[in-house]
Amino acid sequence: MSKFQVMSKRIMAPEVTRLEVQAPRVARKAQAGQFVMVRFDERGERIPLTIAEADPEKGTIAIVFQAVGHSTREMAKLAVGESLANMLGPLGQPTEVRRYGRVVCAAGGVGIAFIYPEIKAFAEAGNEVISILAARTKELLFYVDEIRELSSELHLATDDGSLGHHGLVTDVLRGLLEQGEHYDYCIAIGPIPMMKATAELTKEYGLPTLVSLDPIMVDGTGMCGGCRVTVGGEVKFACVDGPGFDGHLVDFEELTKRKRTFREEEERCRLEEAADELEEESER
Amino acid sequence: MAKESETVSKKGKVAPRNPLPRRDPKERVRDFEEVALGFDEEAARAEARRCLQCKRPTCVEGCPVGVDIPGFILALAEERFAEAVRVLKDRNNLPGICGRVCPQETQCEKVCVVSRRGEPVAIGALERFVAAWEGEHMPEAGVPGFGTEVPKDRDKRAGDTLLSYELKHRGARGPKVGVIGSGPGGLTAAAELARYGYRVTIFESLHAAGGVLRYGIPEFRLPREILDREVEYVKGLGVEIETDVLVGKTVTLEELREEEGFEAFFVGTGAGLPWFLGIPGENLAGVYSANEFLTRINLMKAYRFPEYRTPVRVGKRTAVIGGGNTALDSARCAQRMGSEATLLYRRTRAEMPARAEEVENALEEGVALKELAVPVRMVGDEEGHVRGVECQRAELGEPDASGRRRPVPIEGSEFVVEADTVVVAVSTSPNPLLPKAEPRLRTRSDGRLVVDPETGETSVPGVFAGGDIANDAGTVIAAMGDGKRAAAAIHEYLQRKRGSGSQVP
Ligand SMILES: Cc1cc2nc3c(=O)[nH]c(=O)nc-3n(C[C@H](O)[C@H](O)[C@H](O)COP(=O)(O)OP(=O)(O)OC[C@H]3O[C@@H](n4cnc5c(N)ncnc54)[C@H](O)[C@@H]3O)c2cc1C
Ligand code: SF4
Ligand code: FES
Repeated sequence: MSKFQVMSKRIMAPEVTRLEVQAPRVARKAQAGQFVMVRFDERGERIPLTIAEADPEKGTIAIVFQAVGHSTREMAKLAVGESLANMLGPLGQPTEVRRYGRVVCAAGGVGIAFIYPEIKAFAEAGNEVISILAARTKELLFYVDEIRELSSELHLATDDGSLGHHGLVTDVLRGLLEQGEHYDYCIAIGPIPMMKATAELTKEYGLPTLVSLDPIMVDGTGMCGGCRVTVGGEVKFACVDGPGFDGHLVDFEELTKRKRTFREEEERCRLEEAADELEEESER
Repeated sequence: MAKESETVSKKGKVAPRNPLPRRDPKERVRDFEEVALGFDEEAARAEARRCLQCKRPTCVEGCPVGVDIPGFILALAEERFAEAVRVLKDRNNLPGICGRVCPQETQCEKVCVVSRRGEPVAIGALERFVAAWEGEHMPEAGVPGFGTEVPKDRDKRAGDTLLSYELKHRGARGPKVGVIGSGPGGLTAAAELARYGYRVTIFESLHAAGGVLRYGIPEFRLPREILDREVEYVKGLGVEIETDVLVGKTVTLEELREEEGFEAFFVGTGAGLPWFLGIPGENLAGVYSANEFLTRINLMKAYRFPEYRTPVRVGKRTAVIGGGNTALDSARCAQRMGSEATLLYRRTRAEMPARAEEVENALEEGVALKELAVPVRMVGDEEGHVRGVECQRAELGEPDASGRRRPVPIEGSEFVVEADTVVVAVSTSPNPLLPKAEPRLRTRSDGRLVVDPETGETSVPGVFAGGDIANDAGTVIAAMGDGKRAAAAIHEYLQRKRGSGSQVP
């Protein structure tokens, strides 16, 4: 069997794909909070992806991604039996899974895939897990049944109101906190604005909050420093010191600005692809 | 001695050194093709004949791996080229690389006897020629079965020697030895261990082998086919290379030992942790570590974006902070990507630790050098993108621990160098990842592993280390020397472990 072969494929939601990939060394060691660096082909970028699931017996891990950039769009086209060029991991610090008591887990968008292993780990460690999952619209929610199984309460929210609460993750969490719900720990994973807003909210309530950052990365091993983030006034390399950090200490402003570095290049890539696709279509 | 040396033929007057041909700066600055062109046979022969064939060749002492320099030069002078290959490769597995990147001016050429009266023998250029000759005339050298098809009309003896040497050990089933990291140290240790007959696997965290030679040193200094060839040569000796394994995360040394049967290790994980200056504004967008900048361009081939998918943003003006090889390479890459590069160095050109030839090349290519500039702050715009580097002017004071005069900033001398790309190339130290994962490995205060200077053995029995993770020489050849010594020590260790008298492998 070739290395990093795709063993199964599932479409979780429009544009969101789950690939189960053969990677025995990674599967054996993976813990909640860790990620892999993936390269699609010989010309591809190295991109970080959270390990959503790991099965040490089968020697596979599952990655879930939204087709937003070139690599993820290509990866979404992979068929079972085909392979990724490279996969390095597990990387980053595993989440410190303790028995806190009541843990509220809030995820937005594809962040749902990344919070799923956390929910699993915290539930297994004997915590009561309250989950809040949010997406733009109801089709974009996934892992809902799996997460419901593990949670004492499950709250859903959509931007368009097509399912659950009409609004944002933070609206739901604020509501719960205002009702006097008490939590011992919070995990928030999703787009930067969502994590930032959640961290600001929980700070008001003195609720310790873990966020998972995905800055620009090249190697994922502490070699390039592209992933540097400021946390509590100190510079950290997210790939080795994180990716999980205390949400109350993260400088989200800086992270947002740094993430924009290659905006124009990404756009150029996207436009060229769109042009290619048009050309292909016209040939057909 | 075979021939009268041409150097001394005219009553002690030294014949001028044959210049290494280089491409026109105006042309070469537009691409990533190699800058230096190398000697042809005639120039190589002429240069080889400048060597005095000293009885006590000081050059050999200046070479960290003790290449028989007069030996291979004599073979060259006498046009026994295959013999030159054999002599050179006997001590140096990677001559094509060393001929290009070694700082000869501080090593063999510095102490070459001819340099007392004129310019030293161009040992580096000759080494490079031999590697090129091998590439052209012994193309099978890189693949398994090395040496089996040395052309009959060539030097037969050399071919036979190589053949018998390599084949004697081919397919050996000795104990397993793990090599961590595929930089020059790891590659050399692996090649040597394979030649002793061990089953060697290199574990490399990146997706390609070569270490700094792959991700750091640009193609215009070290073409990738040279590196690929040398890597293939190592593989041809029976060495396996498993990429995508970060030892300490993907697997631990303990697991490799207990579960996969590796009996000894060479750790050559390098000094890959980039330093920043710790000055305000360093996290602005557009500020890279040299490692990030060079990795994007060299390993990921961002200079061919979007064909290769990794982007790199190089603005109109690039400021590179530092004065070593890394800084030079960054500046020259930036220049090739259409930016105007300026080096900001806190001392002066005379103190620059970079290879002299490369400083010259860079200036020829239009890289500007601002000496005595100490960055104090990076200035950005509202978008959070870098716009310049504020520096203080310095003057040189007393020598510091490194023997170089210390720059002393002058109060009130601040000036701003405009730049929309900034590359910080000040220094690196060992990546603490592996030492942290293996707490039994003792480290020094600078993060390097504590090793026995003779053998490279660490505080953990059976684990040896070399290259930038253990020593601060910071050169390719020093890492190779370490790899070689450690391989011999590993051989001895494993023999000892099996009890005296036993034949390992
Ligand atoms: C840009 C640049 C230019 C240079 N130019 C020159 C020059 O012209 N001449 C010269 O002599 N020297 C030069 N040097 C210095 C020289 O490259 C280094 O001294 C030399 O490469 C050190 O070799 P090494 O074997 O110790 O490790 P490295 O070359 O650093 O390789 C280490 C390898 O180990 C891998 N690794 C690290 N940790 C792990 C782990 N835990 N598990 C698995 N793999 C791991 C890394 O990915 C890397 O591939 C330059 C350095 C740089 C950065
Ligand atoms: S010191 Fe110079 S002249 Fe003497 S053997 Fe070495 S290279 Fe030749
Ligand atoms: S991704 Fe390169 S140091 Fe973190």
